[in-house]
Amino acid sequence: MKNLLMATTAITMMSGAAFAEEVKIGVILGFTGPLESITPAMGAGAELAMAEVSASGALLDGSTVTSIRGDSTCIDAGAATTAAERLVTADKVNAIMGADCSGVTGAILANVALANGIVMISPSATSPGLSTAEDNGLFFRTAPSDARQGVIITNILQDRGVNEVALTYTNNDYGKGLADAFQASFEAAGGTVTISAAHEDGKADYSAEVGALASAGGEVLVVAGYVDQGGSGVIRAALDTGAFDTFYVPDGMVGKKLNENFGAELNGSYGAYPGTDNAGSGMFVELAAAAGFDGTGAFAPESYDAAALIMLAMQAAGSSASADFKDHVMDVANAPGEQIMPGELAKGLAILAAGGEIDYVGASAVELIGAGESAGNYQEIEFADGVYSTIGYR
Amino acid sequence: MDFLNAIVAFSNYVLVPGAAYGAQLALGALGVTLIYGILRFSNFAHGDTMAFGTAMTIIITNGLLALGITFGPLPTALLALPFGIAATCLLVLFTDKLVYKFYRKQKAAPVILVIVSMGVMFIMNGVVRFVIGVRDIRFTDGERFIISARTFKEMTGLKEGLAIKTTQGITVVVAIFVVVVLFWFLNKTRTGKSMRAFSDNEDLALLSGINPEKVVMVTWMIVAALATTAGVLYGLDKSFKAFTYFQLLLPIFASAIVGGLGNPLGAIAGGFVIAFSEVTITYAFKKVLVYLMPDSLEPTGLVQLLSTDYKFAVSFTILIIVLLFKPTGLFKGKSV
Repeated sequence: MKNLLMATTAITMMSGAAFAEEVKIGVILGFTGPLESITPAMGAGAELAMAEVSASGALLDGSTVTSIRGDSTCIDAGAATTAAERLVTADKVNAIMGADCSGVTGAILANVALANGIVMISPSATSPGLSTAEDNGLFFRTAPSDARQGVIITNILQDRGVNEVALTYTNNDYGKGLADAFQASFEAAGGTVTISAAHEDGKADYSAEVGALASAGGEVLVVAGYVDQGGSGVIRAALDTGAFDTFYVPDGMVGKKLNENFGAELNGSYGAYPGTDNAGSGMFVELAAAAGFDGTGAFAPESYDAAALIMLAMQAAGSSASADFKDHVMDVANAPGEQIMPGELAKGLAILAAGGEIDYVGASAVELIGAGESAGNYQEIEFADGVYSTIGYR
Repeated sequence: MDFLNAIVAFSNYVLVPGAAYGAQLALGALGVTLIYGILRFSNFAHGDTMAFGTAMTIIITNGLLALGITFGPLPTALLALPFGIAATCLLVLFTDKLVYKFYRKQKAAPVILVIVSMGVMFIMNGVVRFVIGVRDIRFTDGERFIISARTFKEMTGLKEGLAIKTTQGITVVVAIFVVVVLFWFLNKTRTGKSMRAFSDNEDLALLSGINPEKVVMVTWMIVAALATTAGVLYGLDKSFKAFTYFQLLLPIFASAIVGGLGNPLGAIAGGFVIAFSEVTITYAFKKVLVYLMPDSLEPTGLVQLLSTDYKFAVSFTILIIVLLFKPTGLFKGKSV
C-alpha cells in the first residue's frame, strides 16, 4: 500500500512537471549543396515522425512537435554553424536532427551543440572521427561510422575475388575518412590499394585524376564521392577513356541519379549503402508513400529514426530539455523492452508514459553501440540492365 | 609495338582530354579577353553568361527533340546553338543597357566595373538556377564516340585503347572554326578594324568618327556568341551544372591572364597552357614508361611529379610566375 502510494505520488509529480508545450526540433540538412538531391526526402522523413507524434497527442501530456529547418549546405562549416546558432538561440529548438555531412556536423557539434547543451542526432554523418569527438553525451547518429563501412567494402570486394583496387575520394571529412578506413581494412585483409587520389567537387575537368588512376591500375575503381558532384564526373571520365569498367559505389554515390547518368554503362558495377531487410523499412516506405515522398531514398529512414529517437527519449525523461533526455537516448534505442516499428510511435510513447521500457527498431533497425552510433546494416546493390537493385544485406 | 602502346596511352589520357579542355578554356578566355581589350574591365559574370547560354540551348534542344528533330550522329544541341546565342545576345545587351552603360557614361574606374560585374554575376547565377535548376543535366545525344577504347583495341590489336569522343572532336573543330572567323572579322572587316582601333586608343578612335555605342554592341554580341559556344561545348563534353560553370571562371581567367589580357591569340595559347599543365604535371607516367623502359628498369612507383590534389596549384603557380616576370602575359597583352 505504501509502495503504491509512493508510486502514485511520483507519477503525479512527474506529470505535474511535464505540461503540454510546443516542442521544437531543428532539422539541419544540406538543402543546398552537394547533397541537395537526397535531403528533401531526409527532411520529409524526420517531419513524418514529428507529425505522427503530434497527431497522437501522447508526447509529454499532449505536446506538439514542430520542425524548424536550417540549411547546413553540407560543405560550408561557417554557414552551417550560423544556421544552427540561429535555430538554437532565436528559435529555441529543444534538439537538433542533423546535420548531414560529417564536416559540418562536427562543426555544429563543437560550436553550437556543446556550447548550448543541445542534443544532436545525425542521420547520415559517417566519419569515423565523430566517434571520438568530445560531445558530453549530446551527440548520437543513426548512421554507422565509416570504419564499419570500410570493413563492409572489403568484404564485398574480397567475396568477389577482387584484390587490387584504385581509390578516389572527395576531398572532405567524409571522403577522406571513408578512404582511410577502407584502405586500412582492405590492406589488413591482404588487398592492395594501388593509389588513393583525392578529387575536388564541382570542378571543370577530371581527366588529370582519371589519368593518374588509370596509370596505377586495379581491377575495380572505388569512388568515395558524391553522386551529384565530382564522383559522377570521375566515373564519366573513367568510362569514356576506357580506364575502368567496374566501379564500387559507397553510400554517398548510391542514388537514382546514377541510373540516369550512366544507365547500362555501369552494368556489372556494385556497391552498398545503409539499409536493412527488416520489416520496419518496408513499413516506412509505405508511410512515406502515403505522405508523398520516396522512402527508399538514401538516409530517409535514418532521418525518421533520428527524429523518433529524440521524441521517445524526451518521453522517457519526462522532459523536453536536452540536459534531461540525453541520457535516455541509448535506453529507448536498445533492448530490453517492447519493439517499436515505424508508425507505432504512439504505442512507444504510451509504454514509456506508463513507466515501461521500449526497444526502438524503426525504419533502419536502430541499434546504438559505442559512443552512440548505429551498429550498421548495409544493403548490397548491383547494376544490371541499366538500373541498380538490392541483391543482399550485410 | 611497345612504343605505339606508350604513345596511345599518352594520347588517351593526356593529349585528347587536354586538347578538348584547352579548346573549351580558350573559347571562354577569348570572351574575357575581348571585354578586357575593348570595354576595359574584367568581366566576372562571364562564367554565368556561359551558363545562361547553355541553359537556353538545353531548353531549345529539348524543344527540338520533342518535335522529333535530331542532328543525326551529331548532338542536337548544335542545331539549337544559334538560338541559344540569340537569347544570350539579348541578355547581355539588356544587361549592358541597364547596368554597364550607366557606369560607362560616368567613366567609372575599371575596378568599379569589376565589382559591378560581380553583382551581375550573382544575379545571372540566380536567373540560371531559377530557369533550369541546380541539377546536373546531360544533354548529349547522337553518336557518343568517334572511336571508343574497345574498338580501337580490336582494330589495332594494341594493349592500350584510344577513345575520342564525338564531343571532343566537335569541340576542337568548332574552336578552330570560331577562332578563324573571329580573326578574319577583327582583321579584315570595317567593324572589326574599328573595334581594334577603339581598343588601341579610345580617344583617337572617337576623333576618327567611330561610333562607340556600335563598337560596344558588337563586342557584346561576339562575347555572347563565344560564351554560349564555349558553354555548350563544355556541357556536351562533360555535363551542365550551374555551380560548375561558376567555378570555370577561375581557369578561364588564369588562361586569359597567362596569355596576355586583351590579346586574342594569347587567350587561345593560355587556354592550352592551363589545360595541359593541369593534366601533364599531375599525370602518373608509369603507364607510359612501362612500355618504353626495358623490364629491368620498369618503374615500381607511379612516376607522378605531383599528386592530383595540386593540379590547381600548378595552373596558379604558372599564373604567378608569368605575372612576376612578364606582367603582360606570354603574348603582349595589357598589364593587369
